[in-house]
Amino acid sequence: MFAYAMRRLGLGATIILVAMMILFSMIYLIPGDPASVALGPRATPEMIAELRSRMGLDDPVLVQFWNFVSSAVQGNLGVEALSGRPVLTVVMEQLPFTLAMVLCSITWAVLLGIPLGCIAAVKRGGFVDRVIGVLSVAVIAVPSFVVAIYALLLFAVHLKWLPAIGAGESGNLKSQLMALILPSLAVGLGWIGYIARLVRASMLETLEAGHIRTARAFGLPERWIIYNYALRIAILPTVTLLGVGIGHMLSSSVFAEIVFARPGIGKLVYEAISTRNYPLVTGAVLVTTAFFVLVNVLADLVIGLLDPRVRASFN
Amino acid sequence: MSEQASIKPAALRARSFPGLAALRKILREPMGFFGLALVVLILASAIFADLLAMYDPTKIAPQNRFQGPSLTHLLGTDHLGRDLLSRVLYGARIALLVALGSTALSLMLGIVLGLMAGYGPRWLDAFLLLVFDAMKSFPTIMLALTIVTLAGPSMVSVVMVVVMVSVPGYARIIRTQTIAMKTAEHVTAARSMGAGTIRILRVHILPNIIGPIVILASMDVPVVIGIEAGLSFLGLGVRPPTPSWGTILNDGFANIRDSSWIVIAGGLPIILTTLGFTFLGETLRDVFDPRLKGR
Amino acid sequence: MSSIRGSRGAEMTMTTDQNTPAPALDIDALSVSFATDGGTLHALKDVSFSVPKGRITGIVGESGCGKSTLINAILGLLADNGEVTGGAIRLGESADITKLTPRQMRDLRGLQISTVFQDPMGALNPVLSVGKQMRDIQYRSNLSKREKDARSVEMLRQVRIPDPEKRLTQYPHEFSGGMKQRVAIAMALMMRPQLLIADEPTTALDATLEVATIELLKELQQEIGCAVLFISHHLGVIAELCDDMIVMYAGEVVEQGSVRQIFRNPSHPYTRALLDCDPARLHERVKHLPTIPGTLPDLRNRPKGCVFQARCALAKPECGQPVTSVEVTPGHIARCIRTNEVTA
Repeated sequence: MFAYAMRRLGLGATIILVAMMILFSMIYLIPGDPASVALGPRATPEMIAELRSRMGLDDPVLVQFWNFVSSAVQGNLGVEALSGRPVLTVVMEQLPFTLAMVLCSITWAVLLGIPLGCIAAVKRGGFVDRVIGVLSVAVIAVPSFVVAIYALLLFAVHLKWLPAIGAGESGNLKSQLMALILPSLAVGLGWIGYIARLVRASMLETLEAGHIRTARAFGLPERWIIYNYALRIAILPTVTLLGVGIGHMLSSSVFAEIVFARPGIGKLVYEAISTRNYPLVTGAVLVTTAFFVLVNVLADLVIGLLDPRVRASFN
Repeated sequence: MSEQASIKPAALRARSFPGLAALRKILREPMGFFGLALVVLILASAIFADLLAMYDPTKIAPQNRFQGPSLTHLLGTDHLGRDLLSRVLYGARIALLVALGSTALSLMLGIVLGLMAGYGPRWLDAFLLLVFDAMKSFPTIMLALTIVTLAGPSMVSVVMVVVMVSVPGYARIIRTQTIAMKTAEHVTAARSMGAGTIRILRVHILPNIIGPIVILASMDVPVVIGIEAGLSFLGLGVRPPTPSWGTILNDGFANIRDSSWIVIAGGLPIILTTLGFTFLGETLRDVFDPRLKGR
Repeated sequence: MSSIRGSRGAEMTMTTDQNTPAPALDIDALSVSFATDGGTLHALKDVSFSVPKGRITGIVGESGCGKSTLINAILGLLADNGEVTGGAIRLGESADITKLTPRQMRDLRGLQISTVFQDPMGALNPVLSVGKQMRDIQYRSNLSKREKDARSVEMLRQVRIPDPEKRLTQYPHEFSGGMKQRVAIAMALMMRPQLLIADEPTTALDATLEVATIELLKELQQEIGCAVLFISHHLGVIAELCDDMIVMYAGEVVEQGSVRQIFRNPSHPYTRALLDCDPARLHERVKHLPTIPGTLPDLRNRPKGCVFQARCALAKPECGQPVTSVEVTPGHIARCIRTNEVTA
């Protein structure tokens, strides 16, 4: 298990490294000069040249790449253009807000998606199954930012049930939770559909298995069979899906943060664009990418914990 | 003479039959019917926007600003007095243009890279796989924000984002199938008869693997529409005054408290389009290639 | 000795009289059909036989002869499109169990009737430890968790699994195929059922393991005293293990009697053909193993009269008439109008 975890982490690190390479080549290849971007349209050529040499943009490409990677590995993502604070610190300050929202979205997507998938599988072909099926497809299809705007319009502006903007008063848990409801609804809604569909499909497959027949032949209650025997196996693909889903939810959370004016990585980067705070953008991209890769490694390890067969193949 | 006459209709029937049968199958499913109807509606409004729109979508009329829906302006007007229905109709053009164009471009690049990885040497395959995985690790919107920061907000940036996001997925599927086809009998036979690599890929491999990937790509159209609208909503995609559903949402969002019809007008076409394409895509997949189910 | 009965009709007179105890399992004119896209599929037709207490009854037949449907009907686990269309299944003194509610039926499974399935690889849940699964099937008892585990250990020891305490914490993939099958047997016998259904339990095992498993099964059966319904397509195993046997073809019982009666004097052309095809019984070396020509009849459209006529070497026009069963010797019944010519 340990060796497997190490190997998986190694692969994850390689992917992050290649991601840095791609990011670097994008910066290098896309027309547009980071220095002139940072200084804005009124910069004089002298100012740009001065900043270019300060940013190391006149060095050979490989040297630039090496500097970029080696300092990133040491946790040095550069300093923010405006305040001069380290980018990593600024990003890490905002990360918890985004993570809280993503976690909240996952929680209720899982809490609703899994039972709905089970119900659809058990009532396969029936009316309930068809309704769940169409609804799942529908919530997957609609982009989360449209859900966010409409949810804001309906629940905050019209009905005034929930706060429209902000993350709630600091220190007041209830108001913070109230402020979380709408954004996490917008981010998680589609995931209910994804999870319900996946659980339904793998549940149907599992219920066909011989060991389910054995459990029935021993007279175990059907509920017990579904929730303790079948779901245990049917849940495994969902764990993998959630690993991949974190990336999508990070994306959706950018929109949710902007629509609901919440603090977080998304809002940080969005504002960094308008102020052309360019190191902050690349820094945030790297941090979120690394986070995504790590979550996927974690998902694989969780699968190992849940499935003894996979665990055996680790060794 | 008479022989020819009797052969012709049969041949015609044989050619048109599969398409018709598939259409009938799609229409029999409620989801397929609904999806197709929506897609036809959207396509029609994009193609005939000139005829359907009663106003110039970019014409500013300050005296008409913030008018709610009425008979003269069915969806109301925005903060500059522009007719929202006209903007929505022209917005369909932008949305479909970006979606279809960038999906086609991604598909082309994905196929080329996938064939290279699948048919090329080992080291190239390993390298490309790593690149695909790394590209898929960027959260979509973070990647988009980076590209826009560097290249500035424009339609080209949107296309670039879509390509970066979708190419790795297509390439991976093409790669897997190419590897499976590589050792197929007819490919081995062609190679032993001295066919060149390009010819083998073009004639013997590609036609056999292109079907499923086109279906999968068509199912990504709503996702791409979402990306365009999303970036335009953030002010990072299509530039005003070009009408786009995302920019309508952006205009409306600033005035959501007093003039909610603007965001409704911007969001509704996005919802209808993504639902339509998704429902149609799901049905298409079930009809043509049930193997892809549950992807 | 044998109290096996023929199907209803002329043989009804030879039903068990009041003095002999009720059999462990009694199946009376059972018919089962499935609704399919191509019409109604009659999987079982007029199946009647019984398994006396404390004895082992074997069922032989090719794949598709209705063995699995029969098991599922007894267990009350027919697929959603399947339905018992006639007849009765009685367990011991009980009334017809096909009339029970699913809930009542479930109460019988695992307590009165236990099952060992064919595929040892897939018969146990891969993500739960063996101990947990053995504990779960004792869910109806009031024993503590530790007492249940102690019983599991005891059962594993009885099926000769070494180091059973440690084995309880392991997962199915850590057991070999033969061991998994022995675990399955231990689980099936743990609740001391009246009836054990063994569905080709040794088919997936290699020959030496097969012999060992059969012997184990026989020994445990004698110890517990349950009746066994043993399904197999392997005639040698049936001869080795069973007291009575039933030959099924296309969802019908074509011959039944004691193992000795049937092996000595096969009285249905199908049974005779099966015995002729058994590699173990071939006396000389042959180039090609003999097979029965032809295929199973379409069960959606059963032939009138004898089901085997299309493949039967002795078929004649009268075989298209409704078949009556013939009692060859007491307790030995064949469903063929030419039985006497077959045996002659």
